[in-house]
Amino acid sequence: MNHDPFHWGRPNQETYGTYNYNIAQASNQQHESQLDDFPKMHTQQPIITGTSVVSLKFKDGIIIAADNLGSYGSLLRFNNLERLIKVGDETVVGISGDISDLQQLERILAQLEIEEEIYDSDGGHKLRAPHVHEYLSKILYNRRSKMDPLWNAVIVGGFNEDGTPFLKYVDLLGVTYGSSTLATGFGSHLAVPLLRQLIPNDIDYTKVEEEDARKVLENCMRVLFYRDARAADKYSLVTIKSQTSESGSKQITFNHEKELKVENQSWKFAKDISGYGSKQL
Amino acid sequence: MRTTVASEYSAEVHHVPIEHRFNPYSDNGGTVLGIAGEDFAVLAGDTRQVEGYSIHTRYQPKVFDVGDDIIMTANGFAADGVALIDRFRNQLKWYKFDHGGKKLNIKSAARYIQHLLYGKRFFPYYVHTIIAGLDEDGKGAVYSYDPVGSYEREQCRAGGAAASLIMPFLDNQVNFKNQYEPGTDGKKKKDLRYLKLEEVLELVRDAFSSATERHIYVGDGLELLIVTKEGVRTEYYPLKRD
Repeated sequence: MNHDPFHWGRPNQETYGTYNYNIAQASNQQHESQLDDFPKMHTQQPIITGTSVVSLKFKDGIIIAADNLGSYGSLLRFNNLERLIKVGDETVVGISGDISDLQQLERILAQLEIEEEIYDSDGGHKLRAPHVHEYLSKILYNRRSKMDPLWNAVIVGGFNEDGTPFLKYVDLLGVTYGSSTLATGFGSHLAVPLLRQLIPNDIDYTKVEEEDARKVLENCMRVLFYRDARAADKYSLVTIKSQTSESGSKQITFNHEKELKVENQSWKFAKDISGYGSKQL
Repeated sequence: MRTTVASEYSAEVHHVPIEHRFNPYSDNGGTVLGIAGEDFAVLAGDTRQVEGYSIHTRYQPKVFDVGDDIIMTANGFAADGVALIDRFRNQLKWYKFDHGGKKLNIKSAARYIQHLLYGKRFFPYYVHTIIAGLDEDGKGAVYSYDPVGSYEREQCRAGGAAASLIMPFLDNQVNFKNQYEPGTDGKKKKDLRYLKLEEVLELVRDAFSSATERHIYVGDGLELLIVTKEGVRTEYYPLKRD
């Protein structure tokens, strides 16, 4: 047997002669008619990108933030992108990664909203975060299976059927997971530890007040701006919460704040850095 | 132009340009373990999900009750695992629609899953699949698969990141491998016997707490599904989170 990883399992050439690649389309070489064609290409890499999306649950809802920057490699190409998308009445989708794929997802989600309105004419069903997440995960997994991925990492936030907060992630491979603290990209390294300080165990979000959650999230955006070279100090923030009114009925509010700035920056440490920063003065 | 795919073998000499292609797989860690008893079967998995050195979440269940008293897990690349289990669940639902709610035998479920896996032989589900339940005689059954559908019925099987740590322990403690009767000078093998549920649960907890110590992809929590003739029940034990 031939043990070359590219010809693994094929009969040995010295013994059996040249392998007939046309058997059952077993070729890992291209067909003769294609020999001069350029290889077929799909999205091979993101072009204009958005960096981290950061989010967490608190006792009556979720908060999510993403900055407004679109980077073209190391060029700060756009500074007015909105990467938090409202879907239905009480769901937000935060998207990082390729911006053209983000816009494609934006259109797909708009279509989903329209179809939900048409087919649910009696209003018996509500489009909620778990449905949006399941739908997006099927789209992303399907595209990765075609080897033509949508180059994004997505966080979906909102509420479950039973009114508890919902927060789940899905990325270009179709990998999904849920947690009380979620972030994409650089945020998963820099922001998640800060968020987990507030919510050590998944269930602890029930003890977290909105103000505290917001404070930590603002700090995350600050830390990301300090250390993520592809982050900006202008960002958007969405808070979705369910409040019980005096009459006892649940009211869901969706608050989309735009053009927020990273406040209270401190660059005092900078004057003490010399050389590459490893040298202690 | 003829090209070939970039491989892990960086020293390899190529005669045609290499392509840097999108990699459709990732390793999401975690480990799973199934043990069959005389009138029960258990399937356990840790609840950590990782990618590289990042812990994505500390609680993402991966062992599921898929119906008809069959429990199932597919450990490895998380997206494929979810896709495989979703497809099986869906097919089981249609089997019931088509056959007047008839219960699917675990033996038939096992053969069907082989076909689901082999159907993607040339773009495999990158998972180690295990199902557990009770057979026609009410005896515990565990079936385990490789990523392309080769399967067998066993008394026990560990899968996923720490399979190589847990499996030898299971060989010794479940199938009594390398265990001999005291005083026979290694001549008489220890007789096989069914383990009690309490013994099995203790083995599973020990296996997972030990794997947690030695493998970075294992930890946070242990979720255990147990099938008996009464049905399926779930237990949870915390594991170390470091």
